[in-house]
Amino acid sequence: MNGRVRRRREPWLGLAGALIAFGVCEIVGRAGLVRRGYLPPASEVLARAVELAGDRVFLNGVGATLRAWALGLGLAVAIAVPLGLLLGSLPVVDSAVRVIVEFLRPLPSVALIPLVSLLLGTGTETEVALIAYASVWPVLFNTVYGLGEIDPLAKDTLRAFGFGRLSVLLRVELPGTAPFIAAGVRISAAVALVLAVATELLSGFGQGLGIFIAQAELATDGTRDVLAGVVWAGTLGLVVNGALVWGEHRLFPWTPERQATTARGVGA
Amino acid sequence: MTLRLDALGQRYGDHPVLRDITLTVPDGQLLCVVGPSGCGKSTLLRTVAGLRPAREGTVTLDGTPVTGVPDHLAVVFQDYGRSLFPWLTVRDNVALPLRRRGLARAERRAEAERILERVGLDGAARRHPWQLSGGMQQRVAIARALVCRPSLLLMDEPFGSLDAQTREDLEDLLLEVHRTENTTILLVTHDIDESVYVGDRVVVLSSGPGARVVLDLPVELPGKRDQITTRGLPEFVALRARVGRAVRGA
Repeated sequence: MNGRVRRRREPWLGLAGALIAFGVCEIVGRAGLVRRGYLPPASEVLARAVELAGDRVFLNGVGATLRAWALGLGLAVAIAVPLGLLLGSLPVVDSAVRVIVEFLRPLPSVALIPLVSLLLGTGTETEVALIAYASVWPVLFNTVYGLGEIDPLAKDTLRAFGFGRLSVLLRVELPGTAPFIAAGVRISAAVALVLAVATELLSGFGQGLGIFIAQAELATDGTRDVLAGVVWAGTLGLVVNGALVWGEHRLFPWTPERQATTARGVGA
Repeated sequence: MTLRLDALGQRYGDHPVLRDITLTVPDGQLLCVVGPSGCGKSTLLRTVAGLRPAREGTVTLDGTPVTGVPDHLAVVFQDYGRSLFPWLTVRDNVALPLRRRGLARAERRAEAERILERVGLDGAARRHPWQLSGGMQQRVAIARALVCRPSLLLMDEPFGSLDAQTREDLEDLLLEVHRTENTTILLVTHDIDESVYVGDRVVVLSSGPGARVVLDLPVELPGKRDQITTRGLPEFVALRARVGRAVRGA
């Protein structure tokens, strides 16, 4: 019950927070505390961001960014889920690979941009490769962790009905790990967006939201465009996250928080 | 199906759990295994299920040694919440064991619905386990165990976490199933009353480490068993007292 009340209130609080932040930026921008060229009022930035929604060239850029994002994320999932299942079910492989994984994981992906650009050029390949690299980790670790959380009793149940190792993997371990994988994908989706925009910013030409921001930076009085681009990036992140959270609730309604509220609904 | 345990011993590392258990459960018998908690009842059941290899002695089913999970076996665990699969509907949970028998999807579903009706859950086929009460969930687990018409049914404290009323209903359901299907059943419980009420025979294990059989008692009660009448019978009271003393003395 408590959880439900809190969830209901969240959008209001979120909106209130956004409005206050908007108000502060607007006042700081208009009061002349900072030069307008550095920080245009929030309303102007927002108006520009809305205006960009009608700009064909800009939208194509956003489309290119989203395509790279989706490709990179998809590639990451395709690599991380099978690898995670392998690491999680075979302790031998896990011990063998653990050192490599722990070495690679803390490398900041953004720092790899120059290296990968050297190897793959400054095109989409670089962008996709970097997104995939950064997105692999949350999905991989969540898969391994989720697999460890599978109830041994659920596996025994299936074994007691005569099912073999592969069936246990496909019928218990995979569906049981799916909510964890989905949470990993949601975390990776945000990381992937950061990497997409960052790679474009640093490579500096081609098409994309990061390119738009990078080029606006060079123009006189470009701050407004830079900030409008940032507003777009933030909004994309918000929408993607919202869609994934919604999808998780639809696909995995049995995960604990919802289970608690539904289970009481039906009597014996 | 006749189950034979011959000098069965089981240990976790150096810690002995079961010692020298010799038992024969004839075809169609409902045997209750009672003992203080932690005495190794569940270990015994998991060994018979082939989920844990026996460290000493042998387990045979109709003369064949158990090395892996035997065919025609079904298990009901106490934790229905953990052994039912939340991503499947009640019907698909029940139909799952039939996948190993090569039945088509429609046949599996029809069979699952038939058995759900039998346990009084025909209205819940399309729901998910987590939408049901504990008693209903355990009925689903029982239906899933029965769907393959097992020759050996193992139950690990199946009614242990249910309220009294639901527990009595399910005990009667079990008796009815046993009467009609004539399955060999091994039921592990810590509830002395329950063991005498549902069992054809009660075996008491001593407290660990290295639990042994301290009492092996046939349950002969007159008439059809009934929650009110049977529990009031002098024979019932006397048997319960014997089992109770054995458990306490164990």
